[in-house]
Amino acid sequence: MEITANTQALAYLLAAVLFILGLKGLTHPASARRGNLFGMLGMLIAIGATLAGKEVDSYGFIVAGVAIGGVIGAVLAARVQMTAMPQLVAALHSFVGLAAVLVALGTYLNRVESGGLTPVLMGELSAGIVIGAITFSGSVIAFGKLQGILSGAPVVFSGQHLLNALLGLVTVGLAVWFGVNQSLWALVVMTALAFVLGFTLIIPIGGADMPVIISMLNSYSGWAAAATGFTLGNNLLIIVGALVGFSGAILSYIMCRAMNRSILHVVFGGFGGEEGEAPSAMAAAAQKGVKAASVEDAIYWMEDADKVIIVPGYGMAVAQAQHALKELMELLEEKGVEVKFAIHPVAGRMPGHMNVLLAEADIPYDHVFEMDEINPEFATADVALVVGANDVTNPAAKSDPSSPIYGMPILEVGKARHVYVIKRSMRPGYSGVENLLYYQDNCSLIFGDAKEVCEGLVTALKGGGH
Amino acid sequence: MPDTLVALYVFVLACFVGYFVVWGVTPALHTPLVALTNAISGIVIVGALLVTGAGSAGATAKALGFIAVLLASINVFGGFLVTNRMLAMFKKKEKK
Repeated sequence: MEITANTQALAYLLAAVLFILGLKGLTHPASARRGNLFGMLGMLIAIGATLAGKEVDSYGFIVAGVAIGGVIGAVLAARVQMTAMPQLVAALHSFVGLAAVLVALGTYLNRVESGGLTPVLMGELSAGIVIGAITFSGSVIAFGKLQGILSGAPVVFSGQHLLNALLGLVTVGLAVWFGVNQSLWALVVMTALAFVLGFTLIIPIGGADMPVIISMLNSYSGWAAAATGFTLGNNLLIIVGALVGFSGAILSYIMCRAMNRSILHVVFGGFGGEEGEAPSAMAAAAQKGVKAASVEDAIYWMEDADKVIIVPGYGMAVAQAQHALKELMELLEEKGVEVKFAIHPVAGRMPGHMNVLLAEADIPYDHVFEMDEINPEFATADVALVVGANDVTNPAAKSDPSSPIYGMPILEVGKARHVYVIKRSMRPGYSGVENLLYYQDNCSLIFGDAKEVCEGLVTALKGGGH
Repeated sequence: MPDTLVALYVFVLACFVGYFVVWGVTPALHTPLVALTNAISGIVIVGALLVTGAGSAGATAKALGFIAVLLASINVFGGFLVTNRMLAMFKKKEKK
């Protein structure tokens, strides 16, 4: 069955509407799965309409590609651990980027033979290739850092910005040269340089900035799809590209705001390694020392509490402590304690990472609150339990103008009557900043692995009270 | 109006749609949002199909298109399925 160009265009329009409804579904967890189904349906319609169109008349490669890719994708989706979600996302971003590059190169080859290479088209091709290539190599680096193949520390060297600027200029120059002369070598060198540029742009950015990087690369992958849409004169790709591009851009903005940093500061990188000068307030506070507490101490206050707020951070994810936390929540609720979870926007390695991990442990989403919702409640909480979170609870962000994290919005954990922090050691968080919370009179530290301590809390709670 | 200009209209308007829709997404679902946008950016598969499926395509173009189809398929299948897996975990407190 072959459909006309008009039918195809209408099918694409329907697909675009379904994608928008799909994203809209994520407004609330209750409608989210339906949203995802809309997305799938949209994709099915888009692919079907393309295959039925008159431009596609050989199917062998297509069937093979979809079959192999589909199996790989399905296996990845079924196997991936929720803690490893940022890596999977980085890998998927790199595939979109590379696919965009290949589509642009393939389109060029097809057009060289059939004619119809205009300067506008070549400009669009170049844009697709450059954005796609940067997305690809940037995502590969991000994947390496998240997976621990590459060091998460920022790699900074002198002349870095100069090098990036130079690479960028030469790449643009080659794109113009390609547009004017249609020279193949300009195209090839431009592609290679764009790959290098993605690498040099992402390598200086530190592990603590991963939520921003993931969002940024998400955005780039969208712009790459949009550029491909311009090349092919395909409105569906343009619409989807714009949706995805803006989605990533907004997430980047939200993440930056949650760290009180400008996007430029992140992009030009180097956070997480630079040790701040020892700030004054810090030194004074540090003299007082910290209090260590046992599991039993914490339980003593928790089981008679009216309200306990749990603050999970990346440490919880690493230790896989979420299931123990769920048990703790249930035991406390049986004793009539109100339990809530407080999540900072940049907790974890990607936007919303903690919410997924808590959901995985069957913790109902109506127990989980965002920073702005929960902050007024700390003052009325009897116990705040911090599990593997650090910088996002540091009052220095509010009180110490000399601190590198000054101005960052934090979870106001310190306002609770008793604060217990589960921590492996006294090592500072990703930002390298000492946490002033630990030196407050109402705060005690329970040293140990997050999972073991949480299981200890559960055992102590079961063991009978007093 | 030339086609490229129409494309630009579509692009700019779609940017606004994206802006308003995405601000409405609850922060609790930001990870599924990234995964879902990942899946739908697999829409580059349409481009890949056009490249590799064109009867006139040479061997090199076909090969490039094939790899692009494969990569984009990983995105489409992996993205939607993992989003579904994540969203299935988000539950309200069951009533006892």
